[in-house]
Amino acid sequence: MSGARLEIIERNCKGCSICVEFCPKNVLEMDVFLVTAPRPEDCIKCMQCELLCPDFAIKVHDE
Amino acid sequence: MAYDYEKSIRPGKLPHIWCPGCGHGIVMKGLIRAMDTCELDRKNTAIVSGIGCASRLPGYLDACTLHTAHGRAAAFATGVKMAKPEMNVICCGGDGDGTAIGGNHFIHACRRNIDMTYVLMNNYIYGMTGGQFSPCTPTGDLASTTPYGNPDPIFDISKLAIGAGATFVARTTAAHPREIDKLIVKGIQHKGMAIIEVIDDCPTTYGRRNKFRSVIDMMKRLKAEAVPVKAAAKMTAEQLEGKFLTGVLFEDTEKPEYTAQYADVIKKAQGA
Amino acid sequence: MAKKVALLQGNEACAQGAVYAGAKFFGGYPITPSTEVAEVLSIELPKVGGKFIQMEDEIAAMASVIGASLTGSKSITATSGPGVSLKQELIGYACIAEVPCVIINVMRGGPSTGMPTGPGQSDVMQAMWGTHGDHAAIALVPDSCQEIFTETVRAFNLAEKYRMPVQVLFDEIVGHMRERIEFPEPGELEVIDREAPSVSPADYKPYDSTKGQIPPLADFGSEYKYHVTGLNKADDGFPTTKASLVDAEERRQIDKVMDNIADIESSEEYLTEDAEVVIWAYGSTSRSARYAVNELRKEGVKAGMFRPITLWPFPAKRTAELAEQAKAIVVAEMNLGQMVLEVERVAKGNCVVVHEGRVDGDPINPGQIMDKVKEVL
Repeated sequence: MSGARLEIIERNCKGCSICVEFCPKNVLEMDVFLVTAPRPEDCIKCMQCELLCPDFAIKVHDE
Repeated sequence: MAYDYEKSIRPGKLPHIWCPGCGHGIVMKGLIRAMDTCELDRKNTAIVSGIGCASRLPGYLDACTLHTAHGRAAAFATGVKMAKPEMNVICCGGDGDGTAIGGNHFIHACRRNIDMTYVLMNNYIYGMTGGQFSPCTPTGDLASTTPYGNPDPIFDISKLAIGAGATFVARTTAAHPREIDKLIVKGIQHKGMAIIEVIDDCPTTYGRRNKFRSVIDMMKRLKAEAVPVKAAAKMTAEQLEGKFLTGVLFEDTEKPEYTAQYADVIKKAQGA
Repeated sequence: MAKKVALLQGNEACAQGAVYAGAKFFGGYPITPSTEVAEVLSIELPKVGGKFIQMEDEIAAMASVIGASLTGSKSITATSGPGVSLKQELIGYACIAEVPCVIINVMRGGPSTGMPTGPGQSDVMQAMWGTHGDHAAIALVPDSCQEIFTETVRAFNLAEKYRMPVQVLFDEIVGHMRERIEFPEPGELEVIDREAPSVSPADYKPYDSTKGQIPPLADFGSEYKYHVTGLNKADDGFPTTKASLVDAEERRQIDKVMDNIADIESSEEYLTEDAEVVIWAYGSTSRSARYAVNELRKEGVKAGMFRPITLWPFPAKRTAELAEQAKAIVVAEMNLGQMVLEVERVAKGNCVVVHEGRVDGDPINPGQIMDKVKEVL
């Protein structure tokens, strides 16, 4: 269990898919133009998705 | 863990206007983290920009924000800092705004070594107006006004800043987000003109014209071509071919800062 | 108590007027024939803790003035024709962003490099129409060194009160001549500061039009944080393209001046009560006009002079009245026909309007004004 909770602010996501591409653990997936997190248990909290999201659309919380 | 960016952003302003994949949002986050790390009082912080996509940044931030005319951020900021040197002054803008029409103000702010931090987002194109070439668009590239390939040579912004007299010059990219706030923090803490060049990408007007299928490919290129200056010291010229240096490229803590110089002028004038 | 007097050049009087008005920032660039304003302020401002900076170019100078003004400093720049041309975009910025500042234009021969050491009055239409877009303009035209001092103070007052750039135009003759001036005592001339906001920082809107035409302006670096832009904007300072808001902003920024002409206008009339011909002249030309009026009167001609001191907003009401009273108005100005266009416009054909000008670097002399008057009567 990774203890990470991924928060996606759908209103802000523009579907650039940077987070998906740079996630080292394949946690994320694009659903057309919106990011989803189908595998949050694999998240290692590297924070790359949150750091690289230009749109304030994804946050990695401790859980 | 999850960073609270929202407390630094004016309510109701998100989502911002930048395109999907635009690096400016990554830079804005880095700037917010840097201002938080430096504990900047936002009431005492002026964020000044020119015109262009990068120059839209200040409007999102909860501070004294000044969106000026094309190229003029450094000159407006000089007025703010001279009149109220106790304020933190941060300039931001793009490569066209800063080095074409703003070139004169850029080099003189560097020359004066006035205490401000200039975050220059270099996406090597004029994005907002639809993708005309800038002084930073690589030679040979396609832009809306270089349909046969760009004949122009380019500026190396960091070399320009160093040559003009800036005393803290650093470079990173949107693909290196942790380095963005690290360098901006150093720039803010530096007493003098700090230039932080952040190479970021415009997938919309540059990427598509120049055959980048997506911003992902552009960011992968940034990661591949960026070489930290410390690592570059151990590499050969051939190894450095086609690469650019990142990190702190120049630092001088001796050169007098401009508002301190003028404070001495005031002392002299008042007969002290 | 004897007043402090001095023999001062017009440019020097301007600088002293700025200091009297509480100016604390000058950003400028050297240009003949205005440079003495900068030189005197480079000496005087640091004495009072003010800041002087010679910027890298005219545009940077104007930018620095606007930036400084936003921190609460009364700010001024000085230039001449070529510099005013360069500053136009930012003069418009100061208009739409409603930032108080004073721009001194010591007019010289134009266009372009023109005649740097010779007088001209050919920037007067530019003072109104130079910058693109619809905007109001306030421009003052003093005719003596003493009046340069007092009009510079009034320029600051108008800039602070109406939250906009105010230009003071005097030509190279008035700028470079030396006359005796009396320094007003502190408090003798009214000095107006910009209105500070009374609402809390959370409620502050930098372009709030709901309480009056001129929104109070908070200082950067105080308790207030807000956004300033050159884009059309809503009351909260953020850009908008909503038609009703853009229209409201454009009109309010003009109405705040045009609805208050009575407060802004200023002129002098000399023997106009029974004048059959009015000489309409400003700045140094008005000195020749006054002489011409006296000489004409000796010859039995009922001549008078109308001398605008506020050139913009244009003194339409009084000029129209004089056009109804007199047979002719002779507009004497060192250009090839600028303010005469406004005089013709408001005269509406009620009298003959003619122009007497010159652009050769020599002042308009009384003789040529008198010849024109006789020609038209």
